[in-house]
Amino acid sequence: MLELKNISFEVSDEKGTKEIIKDLNLKIDDGKFVVITGPNGSGKSTTAKIIAGIEQPVSGSIYLDGKDITNKTITERANAGISFAFQQPVRFKGITVLDLLKLASKKQLTPAEAGKYLEMVGLRAKDYIRREVNSSLSGGELKRIEIATVLARETKLSIFDEPEAGIDLWSFQNLIQVFKHMRETTKGSILIISHQERILEIADEIILLSDGTVVKQGTKEEILPELLKKANEKTALNKPA
Amino acid sequence: MIDEIQKRLLAEVADLHEVPEGAYNLRANSKLAGRSTTANIDIITKEDVSGIDIKIKDGTKNESVHIPVVLSDSGLKETVYNDFYIGENCDVIIVAGCGIHNCGNQDSEHDGVHRFYVGKNSKVRYVEKHYGEGDGTGKRILNPVTEVYMQENSSMEMEMVQIKGVDSTIRTTKAELDAGAKLIVRERLMTHGNQTAESIYETNLNGEGSSADVVSRSVAKDSSYQKFDSRITGNAACTGHTECDAIIMDNAKILAVPQLEANDIDAALVHEAAIGKIAGEQIIKLMTLGLTKEQAEEQIINGFLK
Repeated sequence: MLELKNISFEVSDEKGTKEIIKDLNLKIDDGKFVVITGPNGSGKSTTAKIIAGIEQPVSGSIYLDGKDITNKTITERANAGISFAFQQPVRFKGITVLDLLKLASKKQLTPAEAGKYLEMVGLRAKDYIRREVNSSLSGGELKRIEIATVLARETKLSIFDEPEAGIDLWSFQNLIQVFKHMRETTKGSILIISHQERILEIADEIILLSDGTVVKQGTKEEILPELLKKANEKTALNKPA
Repeated sequence: MIDEIQKRLLAEVADLHEVPEGAYNLRANSKLAGRSTTANIDIITKEDVSGIDIKIKDGTKNESVHIPVVLSDSGLKETVYNDFYIGENCDVIIVAGCGIHNCGNQDSEHDGVHRFYVGKNSKVRYVEKHYGEGDGTGKRILNPVTEVYMQENSSMEMEMVQIKGVDSTIRTTKAELDAGAKLIVRERLMTHGNQTAESIYETNLNGEGSSADVVSRSVAKDSSYQKFDSRITGNAACTGHTECDAIIMDNAKILAVPQLEANDIDAALVHEAAIGKIAGEQIIKLMTLGLTKEQAEEQIINGFLK
């Protein structure tokens, strides 16, 4: 189980200090498929990065399976069982898709073994396994490879930061299938940062963030209808008379 | 006889773990340590200067020549002239390279001058690796000069590698291309400590339809210095591309000087140069896979130089 207690996070610039996350508390139980949603700037991606250790909170504690990991490094958290898929996948000159999947799995995967992770995200393994993870790949391809690296890790907590960002409709349809499959097969928990209704629809739980704090957490059935109602009202208000 | 140190150097510079197949000429501490020729490839000792002539008959295909050099005595300095005469319609691999082991306090230096005369329609793959080791205070110095003369429709792919242990190097490569000739150069270089490395490429595209692609990937660590100076001159309807892509670390310095000169309206020439540190996001990504910062940097560098 992952638990965040009283997490606060600030950013500073020449204008001063701004609190992005305010006394945030949340729990993610084992085996759950949880989606964090909320408006732009509500602190969703920052929360995900704090869990992975990419950002450090100014106060509060993070527990994984009861152990305090607040001061653990990114590497230590990764080795403790946290995976993170970036919203903007990183490019590497000279590192191939196969290299990256081997690093992710910590195994000397054969191309065939690595290929199964690519097939899971809808990429034909033979077309990609030897390619460099560089600018020759499209945004959608990089995104799917990024997700494949998380699948290859098979950890207890997999975090996906806006997996739908920057991918086309076809890829998105495939992505939904990937997450549905993960939900059925993974023994770990899945945490997705997303605005997408179709991702919210397959969640066990939804956490609604606003202005850096949790405003609601509950089952999909408890949260989603109200969210959709508010979204529809906003759309109606914005329509020209 | 080759001793254990020399065997290790041979493995580093030429991937040789035993006597190679085909033609070879092994040079150890300025002396001939072994030679073999084939029906199609002859190796002849020069009489006027130190070095060899390698003569490859017309139509020789799927054969290789290994001519590695190893220096394990401190204080040795030598200049060697090796000329390659590659006939027409050949398809061969040439593996050179130099390894220096210096445990003494005197500088060791090998300056190899290689000239390639590539016949019409011939295809050559050339691999040259440089490597240094040893805990002496004497420097390990390599100053290779390579000249390439390519006849019509010939092609040459050159892999130039220096990854470790060479204190000072000035690599000078000149190429003259006739019509339809194609040159590909892939340089991989890493410097560390106070090492200096200068790469000078001068490519002249003289014939119609000739092309060159000269690319360097390098990493400069610690307080090392690198200079990449590549000039492509288009004297006919031709295509040329030169690129320097470098990672800078610590207190290193890198100077990239790509140059183009077009003397024909149909010469299409491009240059690119990029120098930068390892992107923080690359390190973070690999750390999220469980690597330490140091392991992540090593992976990124190894991949970049692969």
